[in-house]
Amino acid sequence: MLATAIILFREVLEISLILSVVLVATRGIPGRMRWIWLGIGGGALGSALIALFAQNIASAMEGVGQEVFNACILLAAAAMIGWTVIWMQTHGRELSAKFNNVGKSVREGETPLYVLAVVISLSIWREGAEIVLFMTGILSTTQDSLLSIMTGGMLGAVAAATIGLLIYFGLLKLSVRHLFSTTGILLTLLAAGLTAQAAGYLSAAGLIPDLIPELWDTSAILSTENLLGSIAHSLLGYTERPSGVQLLFYVVTLGFITLMTRKYAPQKSVK
Amino acid sequence: MQASVGIQLRMIINCPRNTAMNILQMLLAFALLFMLVTPAFADEVTVYTVSIKDHKFDPAIVEIPSGKKAKLLVKNLDSTPEEFESHDLKREKIVPGNGEITVLVGPLKPGEYKFFGEFNEATAQGKIVVK
Repeated sequence: MLATAIILFREVLEISLILSVVLVATRGIPGRMRWIWLGIGGGALGSALIALFAQNIASAMEGVGQEVFNACILLAAAAMIGWTVIWMQTHGRELSAKFNNVGKSVREGETPLYVLAVVISLSIWREGAEIVLFMTGILSTTQDSLLSIMTGGMLGAVAAATIGLLIYFGLLKLSVRHLFSTTGILLTLLAAGLTAQAAGYLSAAGLIPDLIPELWDTSAILSTENLLGSIAHSLLGYTERPSGVQLLFYVVTLGFITLMTRKYAPQKSVK
Repeated sequence: MQASVGIQLRMIINCPRNTAMNILQMLLAFALLFMLVTPAFADEVTVYTVSIKDHKFDPAIVEIPSGKKAKLLVKNLDSTPEEFESHDLKREKIVPGNGEITVLVGPLKPGEYKFFGEFNEATAQGKIVVK
């Protein structure tokens, strides 16, 4: 039961942290919950499908199909988040002054909220597939009773969801108090973390070089095995033993999003 | 403050798609270019087979010469999936039940590199010894 709890906890934690950031970033938008639930639903369904085709994916591309698949999901999610940040930062100030018709915004804002659903689905697929595979495996062979497995799983998932909720409220408080766009920074760091992870998978697939196999090892200071490290990993992209190319992806993503934000920023901000 | 964030996000949606699509296209093109330009993994690479049976690795210790690329062929003889993972090797991959995967490793410096099965960490432990 403990093993199940631990594994479910780890996987659900990653998902709930990303969900927290996305939820904080989108608060105040009417109609978003429908898309968020759609994203979660799509994530769950997709996870089951991916689990089903696990062997096919693994054998694809001369054996590195899984790595490439994971990398693509991560890069796609990062790209969509990056796109969101850039437009959010560049058009917010300029247009909020002109904009005062709430009804109009509801009609105009609704359709493209699919971006939200897509980002959530993508984020759930990776961890979700692992959860599905693990659960199907353990249910068929374990000595423990079904009740003990389900209890362990629920405990782990609920604990992780609770942490996610705490982070959500914490981030919410943070973004209300500070003047600069905490949301933009949160999302940018999230996107950078995702591309660094993608870099890890691409180099595991042998498609890109490591450049430097291990830049540093801070696992003694902060290990991603414990809770704080996991949070730092999901929210900030902290990697305890990053390779050169991972740092490169991280920095380039940060730089690119920040640059594009500055480039498209309104010339004058009149409040 | 809260209202403006919501408004900002509503605005993203209405903005011209041109630049956003350009960015996406650029990223995708970049990724594709990387994949095309990087030479494909060489075929003359030694393959080391590791089986998973009863949630244990066999062999549990694999010896690999240093400075050379190698492939681990992980065969899952159990019917349940396992997740082959190693912090030392920076690899994380699912091995489906009754399935197999290849894991690219190396070139590695001399030392020991531990790996484990995340779904059965208590029993699935192994290491690569590089001489």
